[in-house]
Amino acid sequence: MAKANMDPVKCPMPAQDPTVRNRNFNEVALGYTQEMAVGEATRCLQCKNKPCVAGCPVMIDIPGFIAKVAEEDFAGAFDVLSEQTSLPAVCGRVCPQEVQCEALCVRGKKGDPVGIGRLERFVADWKMENGGELPAPPPSNGHKVAIVGAGPAGLTAAGELAKKGYAVTIFEALHKPGGVLVYGIPEFRLPKAIVYREIDNLKALGVQVETNMVIGRVLSIDELFEQGFEAVFVGSGAGLPQFMKIPGENLKGVFSANEFLTRVNLMGAWKDCSKTPIMRAKRVAVVGGGNVAMDAARCAKRLGAEEVTIVYRRSMEELPARAEEVEHAEEEGIIFNLLTNPKEVLGDENGNVIGMRCVRCELGEPDASGRRRPIEIEGSDFVIDIDAMIMSIGTSPNPLIRSTTPGLEAQTWGGLITKDDNGETTRQGVWAGGDAVSGAATVILAMGAGKLAAADIDRYIQEK
Amino acid sequence: MYKIVEKEALNETVCRMVIEAPLVAKKAKPGQFIIVRAVEDSERIPLTISDHDAAAGTVTIIFQLVGAGTIELGRLNAGDSVQDFVGPLGRPSDLDGLKKVAVVGGGVGCAIAYPVAKHLHEVGAEVHSIVGFRTKDLVILEDEFRAVSDTLVMMTDDGSYGEKGLVTAALEKLIEAGNQYDEVVAIGPLVMMKFVTQVAKKHNVKTTVSMNPVMIDGTGMCGCCRLTVGGETRFACVDGPDFDGYLVDFDEAIQRSTLYRDFEQHAREGCLLMPTGEEVK
Ligand SMILES: Cc1cc2nc3c(=O)[nH]c(=O)nc-3n(C[C@H](O)[C@H](O)[C@H](O)COP(=O)(O)OP(=O)(O)OC[C@H]3O[C@@H](n4cnc5c(N)ncnc54)[C@H](O)[C@@H]3O)c2cc1C
Ligand SMILES: Cc1cc2nc3c(=O)[nH]c(=O)nc-3n(C[C@H](O)[C@H](O)[C@H](O)COP(=O)(O)OP(=O)(O)OC[C@H]3O[C@@H](n4cnc5c(N)ncnc54)[C@H](O)[C@@H]3O)c2cc1C
Ligand code: SF4
Ligand code: SF4
Ligand code: FES
Repeated sequence: MAKANMDPVKCPMPAQDPTVRNRNFNEVALGYTQEMAVGEATRCLQCKNKPCVAGCPVMIDIPGFIAKVAEEDFAGAFDVLSEQTSLPAVCGRVCPQEVQCEALCVRGKKGDPVGIGRLERFVADWKMENGGELPAPPPSNGHKVAIVGAGPAGLTAAGELAKKGYAVTIFEALHKPGGVLVYGIPEFRLPKAIVYREIDNLKALGVQVETNMVIGRVLSIDELFEQGFEAVFVGSGAGLPQFMKIPGENLKGVFSANEFLTRVNLMGAWKDCSKTPIMRAKRVAVVGGGNVAMDAARCAKRLGAEEVTIVYRRSMEELPARAEEVEHAEEEGIIFNLLTNPKEVLGDENGNVIGMRCVRCELGEPDASGRRRPIEIEGSDFVIDIDAMIMSIGTSPNPLIRSTTPGLEAQTWGGLITKDDNGETTRQGVWAGGDAVSGAATVILAMGAGKLAAADIDRYIQEK
Repeated sequence: MYKIVEKEALNETVCRMVIEAPLVAKKAKPGQFIIVRAVEDSERIPLTISDHDAAAGTVTIIFQLVGAGTIELGRLNAGDSVQDFVGPLGRPSDLDGLKKVAVVGGGVGCAIAYPVAKHLHEVGAEVHSIVGFRTKDLVILEDEFRAVSDTLVMMTDDGSYGEKGLVTAALEKLIEAGNQYDEVVAIGPLVMMKFVTQVAKKHNVKTTVSMNPVMIDGTGMCGCCRLTVGGETRFACVDGPDFDGYLVDFDEAIQRSTLYRDFEQHAREGCLLMPTGEEVK
């Protein structure tokens, strides 16, 4: 291998100019060129003990694939990635690398860590452009498994099982598969073509995708067993939006982030001639500080808002969003109103939002989540003028499946209970994973859960 | 894809379709709804299951052409297919144990009220139906209602058919004539349901209304169908669509229903023709 590149700085990601991109929905980060990728790959020291791998929830052989990139063997690099992940083009783009793999990279001690996510994306994109033949279905093993929900957890479980020869059917409630990857995360961060390609790969492996199938309504889990499925994996996500229960929340112009993002993404309101109604507000406040809030804010800006403000009750340090998204949002002109908590939404006589009364906060002792608790400062009320407010304060698992499946137990907050990391639930033959079990988390954790469950389902069926 | 096996114009802007959807037909109960997307890129439109035939595997919907989505749907014909058809969604109406019921339908809301009246009739309840329309040309489902009602009162705003006046007047009259209802079921425009509830409340009769806010997913994911019921936020798609009329904040619901009005006006005028009789036929 070439001599290690000791540049302390991670090769910057080429990106669309902020003042241009905040008016379009094209992808923001453009991806490394071949030279950039090879250059960045040589920053990896190929550590023998591979500290970075422990930071990756699916334990990708990080130095392994990076060595192949450095050798310009991109197909080989893809094969290394494929041993652990089926969605590298997605994870390379959306993983919070700074708290996962890259957080443990030794190069990060002095200077920037190796751009692991960016390299992963490069390899996946390279593969998509070159050598893009679809996989062939493996020989059938004669067993049937049902997957509920076509998000990253369900898609991963389906892929793993299909590769082993299972006849897999995914039942998805919406009219398109992909879960949050399709209805939540916007086009400019994750082009939908990438997700659909992954789904085409699954179909090529023989996976059936049945949309418009709300399990618990159209069919129950019991009926899936009656239809001959020997095991069921539930990857139904955490889609139920929370509201703040403050006055004025049902005024016209207050949306849950899910509604706003679903209109924009799944229903295509970002396209010029879309038939989907969307409010093109001028002054928008987005309440919350996660990836969902960043996405909502940046969509609102792209739909023509003049002023978009993130309102978050803690400080910059506690923002749960991916660092890169916060950076991108700031570059695009999103205003951050931190240490601020909304108390009331104000409306005019027709019920339209005109403002939001907020209070300032300061940080106290850490709470159960380990983050410092925001304490409201008395008498610090002030009003922000807005015409739309987007609530992005969290979601929880939908009760539909647990309430229609006897024997399936859940936590009081809604997450399905599993016996161990393999995802076996309290109901025989039913596994679960992803946000449906953990509450809102990340794509890669959902994938990891889908993968473990698939292996356990295989064991269960083979032992039967 | 889901095949349209029958299509019929009920009046100039209301259309009935029978659609092949065996899984939905097998599960459907009165009060539940489906979401349909006419073609790729259409909006998702919630429509009540007006009738279903589990043996034939078909579901009947009755819809009014009000905007882009329903006009698009109305352009399809028997033999064509709709892109998406998902259901049954929502909680079935709770009609158990009712002996004597006033079913009040307004306009296209009669399409939603009819399966309720029919079910009550089938389980042996005494059904008094009050159906209201703006004018004679808009009357739908008259024979169907007559077949399942012990009493049918037909009202038109302009008096061109049946009695002149609003459904609330007819309900008031029936109650004052000594009819003791276990329940009033009101389905129609929000304002109508609001005033029917007021009349029933005056006489202490329990009232159930069927709410139809804007929806997207219909599974509790987007929150756009939220209403205030008894001071709490409820999602019409999973907690409803039926609610206790006494508890619903109608004024808020009426206000919220106008949110996308400008956009819809634009979509109607920009992309598509205004609905005409031709659209349905
Ligand atoms: C706007 C937004 C931005 C995000 N950004 C990031 C990011 O940058 N990085 C990151 O790592 N994570 C991000 N996340 C979180 C991440 O997307 C989720 O953790 C992940 O998608 C969870 O995967 P899942 O498969 O468990 O569930 P989901 O992706 O939620 O998929 C669940 C699927 O199940 C379907 N379903 C639900 N109920 C039923 C039913 N009864 N019957 C049939 N189907 C059903 C749903 O329609 C959905 O398609 C983001 C989330 C959002 C909302
Ligand atoms: C549970 C439920 C059951 C319904 N059952 C019937 C039925 O059996 N027959 C019938 O004719 N109509 C029914 N409706 C109303 C029907 O869904 C709307 O008329 C239709 O969605 C309008 O779509 P559009 O694109 O044609 O009109 P638009 O131009 O989009 O809107 C016209 C009017 O419809 C309302 N509307 C728009 N989109 C929606 C939406 N997604 N959900 C609800 N209302 C909306 C608007 O507020 C506006 O007042 C029902 C609604 C709900 C929620
Ligand atoms: S999957 Fe995510 S955490 Fe794992 S190596 Fe790739 S970017 Fe890092
Ligand atoms: S810790 Fe960093 S430098 Fe070491 S192998 Fe992993 S990526 Fe390479
Ligand atoms: S329609 Fe989305 S939550 Fe009810």
